[in-house]
Amino acid sequence: MAESKKEKPAKKKIIPEKYPMEEQPAKERVGNYREVPYGYDAATAIKEAERCLQCKKPVCIDGCPVEIDIPGFIKAIAEDDFPEAIRIMKTYNNLPAVCGRVCPQEEQCEEVCLLGKKFEPVGIGRLERFIADYDYEHGIAPAPEIAPAKGKKVAIVGSGPAGLTAAGDLARMGYDVTIYEAFHATGGVLRYGIPEFRLPKAILDQEVDYVQSLGVKVECNMVIGKVFTIGELLGEFGFGAVFIGTGAGLPRWMNVPGENLIGVYSANEWLTRVNLMRAFDFPEFDTPIWAGKNVAVIGGGNTAMDSVRTALRMGAETATIYYRRSEKEMPARIEEIHHAREEGVEFNFLVAPDLVLGTNDGWVRGMELCKMELGEPDDSGRRRPVRCEGSQYEIECDMIVVAVGTYPNPIIPETTPELELTKWGTIKVDEETGQTSLPGVFAGGDIVTGGATVISAMGAGKKAARGIDAYLSGA
Amino acid sequence: MGYKILARDDITTESVRMVVGAPFIARKCEPGQFIIYRLDERGERIPLTIADFDREAGTVTIIFQKVGKSTYHLAEFQVGDEILDFVGPLGRHLDLGRIGTVACLGGGLGIAPMYPKVRALKEGGNDIVSIIGARRKDLVILEEEMRSYSDELYVTTDDGSYGLHGFVTDQLRLLLEEGRQFDACLAAGPIPMMEAVCGLTAEHKLKTLVSLDTIMVDGTGMCGSCRVTVGEETKFSCVDGPLFDGHQVDWAEAKARQGRYVPEEKEALEKFERERGHK
Ligand SMILES: Cc1cc2nc3c(=O)[nH]c(=O)nc-3n(C[C@H](O)[C@H](O)[C@H](O)COP(=O)(O)OP(=O)(O)OC[C@H]3O[C@@H](n4cnc5c(N)ncnc54)[C@H](O)[C@@H]3O)c2cc1C
Ligand SMILES: Cc1cc2nc3c(=O)[nH]c(=O)nc-3n(C[C@H](O)[C@H](O)[C@H](O)COP(=O)(O)OP(=O)(O)OC[C@H]3O[C@@H](n4cnc5c(N)ncnc54)[C@H](O)[C@@H]3O)c2cc1C
Ligand code: SF4
Ligand code: SF4
Ligand code: FES
Repeated sequence: MAESKKEKPAKKKIIPEKYPMEEQPAKERVGNYREVPYGYDAATAIKEAERCLQCKKPVCIDGCPVEIDIPGFIKAIAEDDFPEAIRIMKTYNNLPAVCGRVCPQEEQCEEVCLLGKKFEPVGIGRLERFIADYDYEHGIAPAPEIAPAKGKKVAIVGSGPAGLTAAGDLARMGYDVTIYEAFHATGGVLRYGIPEFRLPKAILDQEVDYVQSLGVKVECNMVIGKVFTIGELLGEFGFGAVFIGTGAGLPRWMNVPGENLIGVYSANEWLTRVNLMRAFDFPEFDTPIWAGKNVAVIGGGNTAMDSVRTALRMGAETATIYYRRSEKEMPARIEEIHHAREEGVEFNFLVAPDLVLGTNDGWVRGMELCKMELGEPDDSGRRRPVRCEGSQYEIECDMIVVAVGTYPNPIIPETTPELELTKWGTIKVDEETGQTSLPGVFAGGDIVTGGATVISAMGAGKKAARGIDAYLSGA
Repeated sequence: MGYKILARDDITTESVRMVVGAPFIARKCEPGQFIIYRLDERGERIPLTIADFDREAGTVTIIFQKVGKSTYHLAEFQVGDEILDFVGPLGRHLDLGRIGTVACLGGGLGIAPMYPKVRALKEGGNDIVSIIGARRKDLVILEEEMRSYSDELYVTTDDGSYGLHGFVTDQLRLLLEEGRQFDACLAAGPIPMMEAVCGLTAEHKLKTLVSLDTIMVDGTGMCGSCRVTVGEETKFSCVDGPLFDGHQVDWAEAKARQGRYVPEEKEALEKFERERGHK
């Protein structure tokens, strides 16, 4: 402490709040898909970077699942040395433009930031986004270091954040890496789930291009398990190791009568038709979508927020969230809840559907809901919702999006029967190395944890890359 | 990297057969499975049954009926052209083994998906009684191919221009009334046809498998667009099907869900025709 005081002679004046980031006004943005926050300009980024205390014990790093040298890259920004800032960033994080946008910073690096004890924490996410965007605009990053080729092949199954991270890291270690992706496009949830107004697809494309520039090959339209099994990849295709990053893509339903009526979508179907298939631009794009005027979204996570905000942009007159616990328990990012409210989304807490009501020709016309109250805490530590019998009431709506979670995708487990699973159907791995019960087979991301976060999936991809390197070097 | 069309012929005025180079799919696929294609960057993901395959040559054959924008558009593709995306093999394959005498019914575009199943059943040592039907004589497809793997083959047409004047169910009813015994029945075609077949076979307690053409997006179990109720349970036809016990299917729901994009499909086709007209 004493030393840092010496370094900064005139005791640094603390600026209590983050420099604001300009946003597209709510009224305007519900009419388009353009990104909501605009990001810092260079001058503001430098000022925000100067807020960082450059702590001796930078606790912020402990809050980041990929352990970015946060004070290091922030110091470089403060010193106007942007190439150095992006160099530091990219040694830890292959997808900084994505993380700077969608990471739940308030619960991670920024939650533990020392400055945040008394004031607003440093806008670490905003600075991360700034430096990544600046690099894409000006191309300042030094060429990444790539180790000499090792002559060994690694297959990555799934091109979500877990797969992209593992692929990038392994390529830099000198492995010959191929990603197999089931869809016709890369990115996983980043492409088909998270909407354009939160993560522009042009940004994602740049990040994927970067990973490919490290030498990673990408093969789309490959449903592993169906077209090749894991065993075949390790056997006749000659891969030394396989990383499974297939995510938690199987939608969970409410299991109430009427759920298959027309106008009831899983969040995955609703978001995939809009984001991946670009149904919002039908008939310029071929995939159709049916969008309601009075939309009900069931759930309280990021997926529910993305679904409801997308409904507004698809022309809904009312868009309402129904969540079975209270606002405090909502898993969505605070920023997303805030943005949704600004855009006119209504929230109903402590309710759950009992029944979906339909017309004679099979379309949704409403729901019967039951009120809830909070009881004892459950396994997740959150208080369990309990039904208030006799409180049932009906509402009208013409479209419902079910966003109550997902299960792990079963195609790989079903076609790899030797793979050990947990009772939740996720793949069992060694926490440190990502190794599964099968030699040479590693896994990470949502397929291991169930639906989690982008950065935790990336952290798992990183660990597995180290695990694979150790496995292949030892062999 | 696209998927090249190696051969193409118009088998009727309404349907086209294409042989597509897709070695990895050809290496793995089994009868009853399907592919999903997407023609170009703006295309929809469209499922089609794998009608035939050649593991050596690395090819997959599709047979499709021109019903809307995406299939009319595919029909314009010529030998040498490439389809942007072609993914498979998807779905579960037919796994009946040797069961005895099987009635195999294909109606209209359902004849194409029936053909590989008939062949597999025949090669598995079963006796095959095939009944294929279409609106008119010139729309009957794959008659010779079906005949070569069937012990008996019947044709029906709605207008009586060929074979029995009537529906495939009328022919099946005649056989059942004659006292013919079957160990199983397979049906593929428009929903009303499959529903009618199931109504008839339920009376005769004849186990019936149907091939459901639900509306799909991904084809890998992640969206639920293709869901159907089978025996009170929600199933995803892309990963749990496309073959299901026809007596358990909720047909009213299946019919409603199948028709849910009709206005949009009409709009897309009209736009496509307008664009072609202007060329
Ligand atoms: C709508 C939505 C919003 C979200 N918002 C946020 C947010 O704001 N912040 C945040 O941190 N997290 C958010 N999340 C969670 C986050 O996106 C996920 O935790 C993360 O994407 C998981 O990464 P992954 O790599 O494990 O899997 P995924 O991103 O799911 O990617 C898996 C990939 O594997 C492919 N695949 C699956 N099976 C096969 C197979 N058999 N063969 C080949 N490929 C296969 C899939 O097509 C997919 O591309 C959100 C999730 C959703 C759904
Ligand atoms: C597993 C499976 C196997 C099939 N096999 C064959 C086959 O071998 N030969 C063949 O001719 N047809 C087959 N079909 C049907 C074929 O997919 C549709 O005819 C095609 O999607 C029509 O697209 P379109 O744009 O030309 O017509 P549209 O005008 O879009 O639709 C016409 C009708 O096709 C159905 N349909 C539309 N979109 C889809 C979609 N994304 N997925 C499924 N059905 C849709 C609807 O019932 C619709 O009313 C199969 C369908 C499935 C699910
Ligand atoms: S990756 Fe996420 S947790 Fe890590 S520093 Fe960036 S915003 Fe914070
Ligand atoms: S804890 Fe906060 S103030 Fe300290 S180094 Fe990290 S970002 Fe800067
Ligand atoms: S097509 Fe999406 S789950 Fe079957």
